[in-house]
Amino acid sequence: MSHSLVTMSYIVAAILFILSLSGLSNQETARKGNYYGMLGMAIAIIATTLSGAVTVYWILIVALIVGGAIGARAALKVEMTQMPELVAIMHSLVGMAAVFVGYANFMDSTIAITGVEKTIHEMEIYIGILIGAVTFSGSVIAFGKLSEKISGKPLLLPGRHWFNLGLLVAVIVLGGMFLQQTESGGDAIIPLAIMTAIALVFGVHMVMAIGGADMPVVISMLNSYSGWAAAATGFMLSNDLLIVTGALVGSSGAILSYIMCRAMNRHFLSVIAGGFGTASGGEAAAIEGEVQPIDAEDTAKLLLEAKNIMIIPGYGMAVAQAQHTVNEITKLLRDKGKKVRFGIHPVAGRMPGHMNVLLAEAKVPYDIVFEMDEINDDFSNVDVSIVIGANDIVNPSALNDPNSPIAGMPVLECWKGETTIVLKRSMASGYAGVGNPLFVLENTRMLFGDANATMQAVLKALKG
Amino acid sequence: MKIGIPKEIHPGEKRVATTPEAAALIIKLGFAVSIESGAGLNANISDEAYQAAGVDVVADTQTLWQQSDIVMKVRAPEQNLQLGMDEADLLSPGACLISFIWPAQNEALMQKLAAKQVTVLAMDSVPRMSRAQKLDALSSMANIAGYRAIVEAAQHFGRFFTGQITAAGKIPPAKVLVIGAGVAGLAAIGTAKGMGAIVRSFDTRPEVKEQIESMDAEFLMLDFKEEGSGTGGYAKTMSKEFIEAEMALFAQQAKEVDIIVTTALIPGKPAPKLITAEMVASMKPGSVIVDLAAEQGGNCELTAKNEVVVEHDVTIIGYTNLPSRLANQSSQLYATNLRHLLTELTPEKNGVINVNMDDEVIRGTTVIKEGKITWPPPPPKLSAAPAAAKAASPETTAPVAAAKASPIKQLLPIVVAGLILFGIGAVAPESFMTHFTVFVLACFVGYQVIWNVSHSLHTPLMSVTNAISSIIVIGALVQISTLNLTVTILAGLAILLASINIVGGFLVTRRMLEMFRK
Repeated sequence: MSHSLVTMSYIVAAILFILSLSGLSNQETARKGNYYGMLGMAIAIIATTLSGAVTVYWILIVALIVGGAIGARAALKVEMTQMPELVAIMHSLVGMAAVFVGYANFMDSTIAITGVEKTIHEMEIYIGILIGAVTFSGSVIAFGKLSEKISGKPLLLPGRHWFNLGLLVAVIVLGGMFLQQTESGGDAIIPLAIMTAIALVFGVHMVMAIGGADMPVVISMLNSYSGWAAAATGFMLSNDLLIVTGALVGSSGAILSYIMCRAMNRHFLSVIAGGFGTASGGEAAAIEGEVQPIDAEDTAKLLLEAKNIMIIPGYGMAVAQAQHTVNEITKLLRDKGKKVRFGIHPVAGRMPGHMNVLLAEAKVPYDIVFEMDEINDDFSNVDVSIVIGANDIVNPSALNDPNSPIAGMPVLECWKGETTIVLKRSMASGYAGVGNPLFVLENTRMLFGDANATMQAVLKALKG
Repeated sequence: MKIGIPKEIHPGEKRVATTPEAAALIIKLGFAVSIESGAGLNANISDEAYQAAGVDVVADTQTLWQQSDIVMKVRAPEQNLQLGMDEADLLSPGACLISFIWPAQNEALMQKLAAKQVTVLAMDSVPRMSRAQKLDALSSMANIAGYRAIVEAAQHFGRFFTGQITAAGKIPPAKVLVIGAGVAGLAAIGTAKGMGAIVRSFDTRPEVKEQIESMDAEFLMLDFKEEGSGTGGYAKTMSKEFIEAEMALFAQQAKEVDIIVTTALIPGKPAPKLITAEMVASMKPGSVIVDLAAEQGGNCELTAKNEVVVEHDVTIIGYTNLPSRLANQSSQLYATNLRHLLTELTPEKNGVINVNMDDEVIRGTTVIKEGKITWPPPPPKLSAAPAAAKAASPETTAPVAAAKASPIKQLLPIVVAGLILFGIGAVAPESFMTHFTVFVLACFVGYQVIWNVSHSLHTPLMSVTNAISSIIVIGALVQISTLNLTVTILAGLAILLASINIVGGFLVTRRMLEMFRK
């Protein structure tokens, strides 16, 4: 295949990737979008393989088949509740691949360029490996936190900002040494290796310092990094397809992080710097009052009397795997002619859109699933809201207590409805460690117990 | 302990202090419950229904009073004409009485009960706190009274409530004025609104404006600055100037509206006179006034307690037993209030009450403890309105505005980005700039495309971008065929990792998207 033909294939692949992302703008076109992505990837790989640059086919084929098999197995086996973990571990693979490509490129002695171009090329390698390594170790830690192999609590080392700054300075100094060594033909691999180690430490430290509630931001940020890593590799190899794709993915992740930060009213930098609630001033107002418990039968009664029902799922629903029961209840209530809707907060769950995927898995029709901005003004018409395993996203103190650590975060204002039923395992506070005055409001009833078990009981009561 | 429920003897009182459902739950708390035969008949509850719930039916009034450690009633004790004895004297010494008492109005009764060395819990003295709402009998009864007030008004009002346009002509909707938007007032607003009337409402407490408007009624504003909220969520007496302005408003409204419901009460004081005889005279013939304050003397000058009078062609209803006119349901609610009180009193569920004076709710409700008058209680610590939260809300907006105002913060990133771009442009060679152009343009395309992605598809977006970012495999592909073995191995590993991602990412996205169904 000629060089021009390969470039043309790359252009086609780039267009297909753009179409793939724009296809995700709504559910009808999303499936088509995914196929565009597959097609684009296939074209890119085949064109490269046939371009004449590849002569050793057996390694290539073995690697593709083994990797593909592992990937397919993971994709088909994964539980929908484990999607955040899967996405995190996949980010780490991209990061690691970027590191390998960077090293391979560095060791490849066949590239013959000189002068400024050579310096820029070396810098690109350096930056590519840096981003790749940070993505890799950060994603591994994110995976550990999400799968609860590592504690979700933020690890706050004393002087962590200075530590980060120190690492950054070290990276810059090593970069200078690296360029010097390559100029003089010295052993440039030593500064490169040290830098890689530092980048790995930085990734670990960065994600360790971030609390569980900030996980959606971290995941989307790592998503962004994996894109920048690809873009950096593109610069390194002078490959426009990699640059375009990397830039697309990078900006996608950046926008997602921005949306998540806005949904939590947090500044991006303060999330990255880690720790929760460090910026707030005074003591948050203590919560006084008594919760009013309710049992499954009374919940069922309330639901049967209601006309307009809102269900607000949170991470607790995912943990208890209650989405199927919730769907059964939804179906039953809809058959009885009730208006049942779902209200989804942007940061509900552990990654962007997590709740939507879980509800879709349970076959909840997506046209009754709404995002916060669409339904928040409508709560005054709601007879019963059911909050399933969510806490901070329905916390009224975000709006009326300026000292609350989550002050200013937009929340689902379910307390404006007639009655709110909160499903909760116990009276522990949410991930943010903030008390919730919603629980003691006069129109709130608490339904204690495992979300799935209690929903089963409600379903039984509804049927009986 | 034994609980006794006597038949109510007040004329026209149809309620009863417990229902079979409530009694069953009280028995679960460890009490034995007896009821006077026929106590529930006026509320459509038969003796058999009580017996089925495990309640002992006692025929003799005196026996019932004397055998009971706790007596639960609706009305305050009064002279039993049949027995020729005061109910207060029927109580056995050391017993406990739970009923409406109105200690402020019934000084003599209080002295008499205190002399009997009994403990008295007054359902009208339950403190107004969130925790005590489930035993707030005043609210539950006021709600019924408010509903019934409109039903009574409709009975005496010779016209439609709702407006209609028919072939036979147009019917204008009735205009209803509700004075005092407490529980009863709000219930009246809701009922009148439900029947299609135009509803206006007035209250001296500005915080209820929102509540009135939430019921879709119009809040009549008085152009006068004075806060009418007293302690515990009740109204207080207003200044002379305020009352004059208020009266002028009522005089003007009286000419316009068809129905006036007055619910204005100030705790421990006679009801304020708000509707004068002249105002009544100025109303349209056929109009109706329902005076819910008739018990405390009435808000209207012409109200006659317990009667319906017609003055100047205006019907004035002064019933004081409105909840009793919905006897079955008001009994149910009252019985539930009493049951909640008993639950508070027996934390150990062993059938023995513990009048714990350290508990704010029980302290407030108890008016006589073992012969000692404990009324009035110290003022409650918490008002129903969260004053602190209101004061705080302006502060929340202030810092946000300040953050936006700083122009340096806004400009700084742009300046820094400009300098970086200039720096790159100054030193970078031509070939780099071509790639850089592509890069920047691709960032913008990504920016435009991603903003359109539906929120619900964010997870598939992440997995598909994840798969796409494995395009890095191209980098590995072009390097795999070099002669350097290390490079080949590294590239091979990179292909392996990237292909896990490609296949896994696309397949899991497909799986997810397949699940999104209408």
